[in-house]
Amino acid sequence: MAIEVRIPTILRSYTGGAKVVEGAGDTLGDLLTDLDSRHAGLKARLVTDAGALHRFVNVYVNDEDVRFLGALDAKLNDGDSVTVLPAVAGGAFGFAAVAAISQHRAAAAGRVAHDAAVVAR
Amino acid sequence: MLSIDRSIVEAIVAHARRDHPDEACGVVAGPAGSDTPTRHIPMDNAARSMTFYEFDSMEQLRVWREMDDRDEEPVVIYHSHTATEAYPSRTDISFAGEPGAHYLLVSTREPDTEEIRSFRIVDGVVTEEPVRIVDAAVDPHAVQSYMFGQSPATVDYECSGR
Repeated sequence: MAIEVRIPTILRSYTGGAKVVEGAGDTLGDLLTDLDSRHAGLKARLVTDAGALHRFVNVYVNDEDVRFLGALDAKLNDGDSVTVLPAVAGGAFGFAAVAAISQHRAAAAGRVAHDAAVVAR
Repeated sequence: MLSIDRSIVEAIVAHARRDHPDEACGVVAGPAGSDTPTRHIPMDNAARSMTFYEFDSMEQLRVWREMDDRDEEPVVIYHSHTATEAYPSRTDISFAGEPGAHYLLVSTREPDTEEIRSFRIVDGVVTEEPVRIVDAAVDPHAVQSYMFGQSPATVDYECSGR
């Protein structure tokens, strides 16, 4: 099962400079594990030690932000296109406050995904 | 050094003033590899905050794809600080994910003057660079240099040929 993955400039050191790589997996998490077997270190730049998607990146499946598709649990199909972009954010605010906001947002996105999963059952 | 057309700088400042006291943000795209910003793209601040900015992820995908299709790259990524100086915060440095981009900051804390400064941010290291404002529409050789973002008290017209 081939899934095309577009890699941003800042992460191309892990792909030998390649802008597009291919991988396989039933979920985004599986795909990143598969990619990491050939592009060691890539997954750690996208997934935190706690196993959540890093807030410094945006990951899209086709035209959707994966944060609204269950994040690392987002389902993938053959022929899907995954795009990784650096999140563009910042501002005068202190870092701790930003971390708190993004954790809050991650929790909110997690609740949305959980609710969607409950509805699907 | 960042060389940028005066009309683009004016459009960025106008965007920052319009959104003040919220932070404004956007991109100036240019042909890949040219290091020349040519196409100003104001972005929504999805955070709509006085102290934080964040591109809307869906708008960003659309704009980044468009740049890709046009063989462009984000030459400048800009945002405003509305109550503090135009210097990257720790948050700005943590998020800086385009090593090839010029990070342009505009401070609108003073009502009458803007502080405009440009930085490279690579692997967490901030390097300030001069901003060279080019008057392409008037005279391609007319140049006014802003060193380290300080608005000059005097303007050197020597380069304009007058």
